Amino acid sequence: MDVFLQTLVAGILKGGLYALIGMGMTLIMGVMGIINLAQGQLMMVSMYITYVLFSVFKIDPYLSLLIAMPALFLLGVLIQRQLLNPLMKVETILPHNQVLMTVGIGMVLTEVIRFIFKSDYRSVSTTYSNQTFFLGHISFSVALTVAFFIAVAFTLAMFWFLMKTDLGRSIRATAQDKDAATLMGVNTARITVITFGLGSALAACAGTLLAPVFYIFPDIGGPFTSKAFVITILGGLGSTVGAIFGGLTLGIAESMGPTYLGMDYENIIGMVIFVLVLVFLPSGFKRLTKI
Amino acid sequence: MLSEMKKNLYPLIFLLALAVFPFLAREEYYEHLVILFMMWVIIGSSWNLLAGYTGRVSFGHAAFFGSGAYAAGLLTYHYGISPWWGMATGGLLATAVAFPFGWITFRLRGAYFALATLALNEVLKDAAKIAEPLTNGMVGILIMPTFSSKLPYYYIIMAMMVLTILCMRLTVHSKLGYYFVSIREDQDAAESMGINTTRYKMISLGIGTFWTGLAGAFYMNYMGFIDPSVVFSLQDISIAAVLVGIVGGAGTIYGPAVGAFVMIAVQEFFRSGFFGVFKYFGDKTGSAAFATLSEFVKSAHALGFGLLVIFVILLLPNGIVGDWGKIKKRVFRVKTVG
Repeated sequence: MDVFLQTLVAGILKGGLYALIGMGMTLIMGVMGIINLAQGQLMMVSMYITYVLFSVFKIDPYLSLLIAMPALFLLGVLIQRQLLNPLMKVETILPHNQVLMTVGIGMVLTEVIRFIFKSDYRSVSTTYSNQTFFLGHISFSVALTVAFFIAVAFTLAMFWFLMKTDLGRSIRATAQDKDAATLMGVNTARITVITFGLGSALAACAGTLLAPVFYIFPDIGGPFTSKAFVITILGGLGSTVGAIFGGLTLGIAESMGPTYLGMDYENIIGMVIFVLVLVFLPSGFKRLTKI
Repeated sequence: MLSEMKKNLYPLIFLLALAVFPFLAREEYYEHLVILFMMWVIIGSSWNLLAGYTGRVSFGHAAFFGSGAYAAGLLTYHYGISPWWGMATGGLLATAVAFPFGWITFRLRGAYFALATLALNEVLKDAAKIAEPLTNGMVGILIMPTFSSKLPYYYIIMAMMVLTILCMRLTVHSKLGYYFVSIREDQDAAESMGINTTRYKMISLGIGTFWTGLAGAFYMNYMGFIDPSVVFSLQDISIAAVLVGIVGGAGTIYGPAVGAFVMIAVQEFFRSGFFGVFKYFGDKTGSAAFATLSEFVKSAHALGFGLLVIFVILLLPNGIVGDWGKIKKRVFRVKTVG
């Protein structure tokens, strides 16, 4: 029973961070109708920002959230403005031009980072990186627990922003019906730019929070991109609440897999869930929650 | 009649040039490059049938490539059957993998198919890593190549390439091809015209994956070694296949050939450090700056690849063949009449 609880706790803690990455992706999906296949790579960039801030300027990873998130917001804005928006007007045969573009962006980000930092493994080893505390028989990693609560705070803030502010309403309106939103006076081109920035900032948040726990290397982005789209599909494309459930489900499944099946299964389990969802619940958790 | 002849003229001249090429350039390195080029024409063409003509973009063509390669490799490895028999099974296995997959994903609209191919790619890669008794896991499979010279491989892959392109041409210009295009343009309209869209998407997937599987089996024969991270590589196979199709021009017969040429050229351009230009200057002038520059360029080949993706999508969204009119107008300043 302890093993089960321990696995569950580890899964939920990880899931909270996955939810953050998934939410960024699902926001972009909802507003622009594209899957951003550079999401993990954006996260990787923020990990490196955190690494540089920590190793050069000795800034604590949690403080560097204040730098990494705005930086990635700007990067996202730039990408959307310069690379993705121009594609909207272009007439092409293929429907997925923008998705391909994000693949290219992801590759370039990875390679630029590899160019600067080489492929070596780096780590942000803070005093709390390997600390744990106990509640009963269950151990909690300090870094992951703090990260989880920050992630929850950001998720709640994101909800408040989407539900209560004008900008948030405009984003939701654009996601629901772009043409109607334009007719109502929403500047949809600007909204897409802001959304991509927000999505990148959420990825940055996750990246910075994960930096003390994970080894950092240029290719870490790819696996996180695939995790993010599994979460997005699980939650139902474009559903923010769904992304949270999707993130938690993936986190729990990924920690149950190695405990009960074997280490090799950690990666494949997400994909298996993905296929099962495609077969039995194609619109994801969105169908169950109706939000 | 004349235009029909003219249309076939250039490809035939090009084919003739390819046929005599090994006798002119008596160097294995160039033969190797051309063999890879022709293999990529096959992969690109089969991707193109699915994406360019039927509108279903596959982000995980390595899944089918790898299945073909493993089909050929495993038969030899476990039963000692000649890997050339594996060629046939390679194509069939790739199609066998594709069918249930298509049956699940083609019912869904939007980005699901593209994402599902990506997932399939990862699943098969992990499965090949885990199933060690069968696939040897990360150690990979090593078989003895049949021929020591590259020449037989050269003509075998050339024949395969010609067959692939003929197959694509026949398919695209038949009723089947028109069904595919109608599905790409408007699935609802196609359905209301009485086209069973799921069935025709399956046919397109079947043809496309068959040739990719064959190319995979050829790769096994030619290289003599495979492991999961090589043949199921997301970047080097799946994304490269997309790039070949996009650069050349999706929805054109000869687009993938142009795209494959560009991709191989760019890859070698970087890998050899601009064909050794920097190294040459470095040796001449004796300055270390050129040597480091050369090393820099060599390590940047993946970066060049990524930048190529971005620029092509931004500037030539329909590819070199698809946007040929635009290129002629802009670059060569040729005014089209009318």
